[in-house]
Amino acid sequence: MSPRATRDPAWARWFLTAVALVFLAFFLLLPLAVVFAQALEKGVGYYLASIREPDALAAIRLTLLTVAIVVPVNVAFGVAAAWAIAKFQFSGKSILTTLIDLPFAVSPVIAGLIYVLVFGAQGWLGPWLIAHNMRVIFAVPGIVLATAFVTCPFVARELIPLMQSQGTDEECSAVTLGASGWQTFWRVTLPNIKWGLFYGVILCNARAMGEFGAVSVVSGHIRGETNTMPLHVEILYNEYNIVGAFAVASLLALLALATLVFKSVVEWRQARVP
Amino acid sequence: MSIEAHGIRKKFGAFTALDGVDLHVPQGKLVAVLGPSGSGKTTLLRIIAGLEFPDPGSGRVLFHGDDVTDIPAGRRKVGFVFQHYALFRHMSVLDNVAFGLRVRRRRDRPTSAAISERAHRLLELVQLDGLAGRFPSQLSGGQRQRVALARALAVEPKVLLLDEPFGALDARVRKELRRWLRRFHDDIQLTTIFVTHDQEEALEIADEVVIMNQGRVEQVGTPQQVYDKPASPFVYQFLGNVNVLRAPALAGALRGEGRTAEAARDGQIYVRPHDIELTPHDAGGTGLSAIVRHIHAAGPHARLLLEQVQTREHVEVEISRSELSELNLSVNDLVRMRLRQAHSFDEDYAI
Repeated sequence: MSPRATRDPAWARWFLTAVALVFLAFFLLLPLAVVFAQALEKGVGYYLASIREPDALAAIRLTLLTVAIVVPVNVAFGVAAAWAIAKFQFSGKSILTTLIDLPFAVSPVIAGLIYVLVFGAQGWLGPWLIAHNMRVIFAVPGIVLATAFVTCPFVARELIPLMQSQGTDEECSAVTLGASGWQTFWRVTLPNIKWGLFYGVILCNARAMGEFGAVSVVSGHIRGETNTMPLHVEILYNEYNIVGAFAVASLLALLALATLVFKSVVEWRQARVP
Repeated sequence: MSIEAHGIRKKFGAFTALDGVDLHVPQGKLVAVLGPSGSGKTTLLRIIAGLEFPDPGSGRVLFHGDDVTDIPAGRRKVGFVFQHYALFRHMSVLDNVAFGLRVRRRRDRPTSAAISERAHRLLELVQLDGLAGRFPSQLSGGQRQRVALARALAVEPKVLLLDEPFGALDARVRKELRRWLRRFHDDIQLTTIFVTHDQEEALEIADEVVIMNQGRVEQVGTPQQVYDKPASPFVYQFLGNVNVLRAPALAGALRGEGRTAEAARDGQIYVRPHDIELTPHDAGGTGLSAIVRHIHAAGPHARLLLEQVQTREHVEVEISRSELSELNLSVNDLVRMRLRQAHSFDEDYAI
């Protein structure tokens, strides 16, 4: 077959490529460039000062703390859920699969509200929590819970199709060769899913750092205490501290870029490894 | 070690995979479990291995007379080879073979030097020692299956279970590998069950064939027994080609004249294509008249498709090339057919 049959005229190719590039430049590259341009508008010194300011540092610390809790929890949940769904037959499996997708379907604001309704002062558990002098809403636990809810599908969703396509034969042979369940997991299953798992962790991490809606509802916006990086950016912006806002935002943008680079590396490795 | 299974039942939801299966495999034999897909043969093998369990209270699995029904797969000392090899894709060939020894508890585990030596010896046994450092994806299908076999043998199993071991290979490699398996089995004398849907494979290498259909055992016997004396219409049709003819149509087709009256009864008759004899029509005699519809003469035998004049039933006949040239047949010629050997499953009717 002649390749001409599947080839569009030159002008069409150029036109389509141009449309795609203009779109990308306008909606993706331009905003990114603006973030860094604005952040550095008053010079590097002011940029560094905005980041080193105590409230900003507190926000960075809180975000890192949240990520440090949420990502491992979701890895454990995601691997367990994917393992159960992909390798076992049980009733209620489709319900579990659907439930895992729930955080994607629900607006993050609603997710935050759910926690307010459960743990807030007027919520189900609110009076009991107050009586025992525990705070969830407008405090770090609420932020962690809301972030965990929003990011919980990432690892599981990445692993389920991968594990389903790999089937259970390798695990079965490990078992007939005398391996225990634990050995089977560490020596056979985990090496087979490690790149998919890594990819899920990267996505989960990016979203956990950037989550705004759900966290905004439960955080209470207490400066230096319950502000994560995205919330801090919003506050600074609302106070017309544009440069400060963009400086902190540039950190998140850098993180996003690093994530993308990481992701590309992982994909490249995945394509190479049989 | 002998293997026995008694009254095994297994349901998957509404589907009955095994409906009261009994099996006995004597020590050191190579037994084929043969059946179409969905007949329950793989499920039976997985139950023997301990990868599945029979429905509660339904049956027992015995190894060498000992009940192993409740013993998990890892402690049954079985070597299991999967249809799609199930090699650990992230491990080298050597690591695959050594896996079963490396996961042993420390006090049972040989030293790592001993493990590696044993793995190399096993790879030699399956004629793959040069490929120890390769990864499974770098091997051909036949090589992968031999690695899987070496890996299963590394744990010194008491029985070897092979699930469609050659199912994923191309025809030529299949043939080679199954002969190799037979010789291999003669050398190591390990009680072996292999599951297959390929009747040629089962008949060629097994000491005994177990034919399964719809979750039940239809017949057990040596390859010759099951081929020559099928116990049911299913077995007849499953093993090789067969013509199913309506009995009344056969009056006169049989050699013994006295039997024609019997043959006039209602029922079905099973005839293998090579058990039909053709004679020229104008020579007369008692055969059934048929018209030649198609002649397929490529290969060692000639296959003819005939249409019986009386009933318009189609009959496949296999004769030697020299017989064909003697008869000097061409399409639309008239011939007479006689049945050398035929079989009926009507209780009161035998040929």
